[in-house]
Amino acid sequence: MLMEITGSLSVIGYGLAALGPGIGVAMIFAAVINGTARQPEARSAMMGTAIFGFAIVEALAILGFVLALIK
Amino acid sequence: MTSGWIPMDGGGFTPPSTEDFNFSGLMNGAAWLNKPMLQLVISVILIAVVFVWGSRNLQIVPGKRQWTFEFLYDYIRNTVGRDVIGRDYQKWMPLLFPMFLLIIVNNWFGEFFYFMFPTFSNIGYVYGLVILVFVLFIGVGIKAHGIAYFKLATAPADVPKLLWIIIIPLEILSTFVVRPVTLSVRLFANMFAGHMSVLVFIGGGTYLLTYANNILFNVSGGLSWVLGMAIIGLELFIGYLQAYVFTILTAQYIASSINVGH
Repeated sequence: MLMEITGSLSVIGYGLAALGPGIGVAMIFAAVINGTARQPEARSAMMGTAIFGFAIVEALAILGFVLALIK
Repeated sequence: MTSGWIPMDGGGFTPPSTEDFNFSGLMNGAAWLNKPMLQLVISVILIAVVFVWGSRNLQIVPGKRQWTFEFLYDYIRNTVGRDVIGRDYQKWMPLLFPMFLLIIVNNWFGEFFYFMFPTFSNIGYVYGLVILVFVLFIGVGIKAHGIAYFKLATAPADVPKLLWIIIIPLEILSTFVVRPVTLSVRLFANMFAGHMSVLVFIGGGTYLLTYANNILFNVSGGLSWVLGMAIIGLELFIGYLQAYVFTILTAQYIASSINVGH
């Protein structure tokens, strides 16, 4: 046998946990792109809220990452 | 770290692990002086020297050098300071701009010759920064509102009293637990995972490329190196993005402590 795959099953759980935040982050920035296309001068105002929302949504993925490392 | 990456050495492939992120001391009797610590010291000296040089004899009509440094400063001042903190943002710039520089330089060390290791993929270094931010935004809130800051931050006044049973624990959790945890783990996890994927592609590629008498393995090893270079390019972008997000969240937390309850 050339290579043996070993590891923790919780990493697969992290992969699943990253799905939701992935969709959430995509929706946030899709809304920002839409808004910028409609009203370019409002970009900076939207960007602050978007980054903050992105940080909150991404928290779930980050918690998943931590739990994946805990065996 | 390099053992097991060349097939002729004998033995199978050892995938990169968290062991690759541990460094022993560079000098005898000084175990604390390891590679990440040295990188952090070098980055501070580098930033200080470059920016002292960049801000020498300033003129009203800027030259090329002054224009470049003003462009860098204006980028953080306008998008982080003015847009996020708003009024009285000037007094926070001495914190925000060096914080951005420190994080971006240390992240880019992961792609830089001689260093090739992002300092903040060791979580202890991130904890240092986050403790500073955590103490700072609570301190700013107490300075602006006195001890009532904790009440304003955890019990919004315009919510029905009955809902406070749910809101107060949630707000305590989100402000004083989730904020510092996510702020530290976000930077750490991005740097750690990025460096790990570079190790997988370059290390695994080396193993396949040097495998004897198997042309398919050698070709796929070469392809893996090409993809590894692309990932290094992606890492440069992520290093910038995480530095920017960390700075903008610091500004956001400070702003939310000043304007708490609004």
